[in-house]
Amino acid sequence: MSDLLSIEGLGISFGGLKAVNDVSFRVRPGEIVSVIGPNGAGKTTLFNMISGVYLPGAGRVMLDGADVTGMEPHLLARRGMSRTFQNLQIFQSMTVLENVITGYHLQEKGPVVADILGLPSSRRRARKAMAGARELLERVGLTRAAEREAGNLSYGSLKRLEIARALALDPKVLLLDEPAAGCNAVETEEIDHLIAEVAASGVAILLVEHDMKMVMRISNHIVVLDHGEKIAEGDPATVSQNPAVIAAYLGAENAHG
Amino acid sequence: MRLTPKSATLIVLALLVAITPFFFPSGYYYRVGALLFVNGIAVTGIVILTGYAGQISLGHAGFAGIGAYACALAPVHWGLHPALAAVLGAAISAVLAYLVGRPILRLKGYYLGVATLGFGILVSMVLNNERQLTRGPDGIEVADLGLREVLKGWGLNLTNGEFWYFFCGLCLIIGAWLALNLHNSPTGRALRALHGSEVAARTVGVDVARFKLQAFVISAVYASVAGSLLALQNKFITPDVAGFMHSVEMVTMAVLGGVGSVLGAIFGAGILTLLPQVLTVFAEYEQMVLGLVMLLVMIFLREGLLPSILKKFWGKDE
Ligand SMILES: Nc1ncnc2c1ncn2[C@@H]1O[C@H](COP(=O)(O)OP(=O)(O)OP(=O)(O)O)[C@@H](O)[C@H]1O
Ligand SMILES: [Mg+2]
Repeated sequence: MSDLLSIEGLGISFGGLKAVNDVSFRVRPGEIVSVIGPNGAGKTTLFNMISGVYLPGAGRVMLDGADVTGMEPHLLARRGMSRTFQNLQIFQSMTVLENVITGYHLQEKGPVVADILGLPSSRRRARKAMAGARELLERVGLTRAAEREAGNLSYGSLKRLEIARALALDPKVLLLDEPAAGCNAVETEEIDHLIAEVAASGVAILLVEHDMKMVMRISNHIVVLDHGEKIAEGDPATVSQNPAVIAAYLGAENAHG
Repeated sequence: MRLTPKSATLIVLALLVAITPFFFPSGYYYRVGALLFVNGIAVTGIVILTGYAGQISLGHAGFAGIGAYACALAPVHWGLHPALAAVLGAAISAVLAYLVGRPILRLKGYYLGVATLGFGILVSMVLNNERQLTRGPDGIEVADLGLREVLKGWGLNLTNGEFWYFFCGLCLIIGAWLALNLHNSPTGRALRALHGSEVAARTVGVDVARFKLQAFVISAVYASVAGSLLALQNKFITPDVAGFMHSVEMVTMAVLGGVGSVLGAIFGAGILTLLPQVLTVFAEYEQMVLGLVMLLVMIFLREGLLPSILKKFWGKDE
């Protein structure tokens, strides 16, 4: 099958720092590709470039055969890209349900005049989105929290809420930035299943995750970043044996200790 | 059956408009009530802009000025009916808001506050200085709306005070209804989403610049209608309507009552409309009091008075 997402020589600098440098890889439909690397390796920065939040300094992002480099996030959303955030980006003062409904924005939006007059057409659009959102809440196990203000939820619940909102776009490509961070073992396993399920439905998944057990279990392919450079890639078994990878992780651990 | 916040708000407003006149000691209070409702309309626009979309305007009185002077000038110069003049004012306000907002709202940050500040000052200057057209700082008379006479013909005989009280009350209820429709609509969700997290809103497909612009244009129309109603009921208007203090007053009313909720903001408009009636010293120290109110609300009641009070009585979750 052809590539859904293809990253070609992507790079960006902040001041003098090359946060990401010449990174290339691709993701096919139904495939889970993980990006791993020590803290500050450039994983989130890479996501921000792919999703249009940052303008890449070099390289190209190809989505479904089209060059989408530097395209605005809301236009990428229309082309089937969706993401979650490492540092939660929740609509705090909206309810949990409303957060997910907002994920249906592209489907539910319509003429502002119809919305302000509360016309049946506007309510019909909203009702459809709400029905979908309730199903997604069910899927991530947040049905009982639906009417609560999102800001009051626990960290683990918010992580799942972000996934539900991202899924509401019915994406072709899904970028997950540390979806299991801060979750307990049970929650992690649930998220793990959910990701596998979404991939099985044909979505191309790009995953950043520090939980190595999870990464090794569900990834088809792993890309390793260190200091903004791709130092290795391959299937889980190959990558975990790679001396450069082991060195990068040990080095990082020594630095911490 | 549980009341939705929308019906609850509308019922409270309708009761307020219908019942309070029974407690008025004199006909004068109809005037105060009408003024309160006009301010309520203006702050409902601020709720849409600031409460929903998280954008700040420091020049909304400029739009009120356009609405007011449209009613003063269009009937005289073009023979337009005052009601159509108000519609024209709203249309001009919408177009100007679009032209001012479009380039500004593409930028990130609080540029809208600065740009609207300039816009408000500009409108105020034009109204003060174009004496041949506006008669300058002394003000200008405004034609009669004529609706009271029509009602009289139908056998409904209201005093001038009563008419404007109920008419502005009705306009406020309609304005609140529209704002509440918006709140729970796809557009309202997009606005509140970009307020909550701009980057998340963009990644779910919200064209952030476009929605901010829509909120700005809609809120400008509210301010314009409020200005028109003020001019029509007083049958006279001065450039003060477009002054910077009026812009600050609108924002303060909304923030005091609770900029996130329509009823809260109207509550704030009520307090700051009634205060000068009760405390005559208020008029002298208005600027100081407004400043102080803003400061205290920001420090102690970030969500505004009404939501804080409601939370106190009903616990944390609403
Ligand atoms: N907007 C920015 N401005 C300046 N420097 C930045 C910016 N964003 C990221 N960086 C820098 O780029 C480098 C990569 O950061 P990034 O957040 O991408 O790392 P990461 O791999 O996601 O780390 P973590 O595992 O801790 O999430 C870091 O040195 C960071 O300080
Ligand atoms: Mg990161």
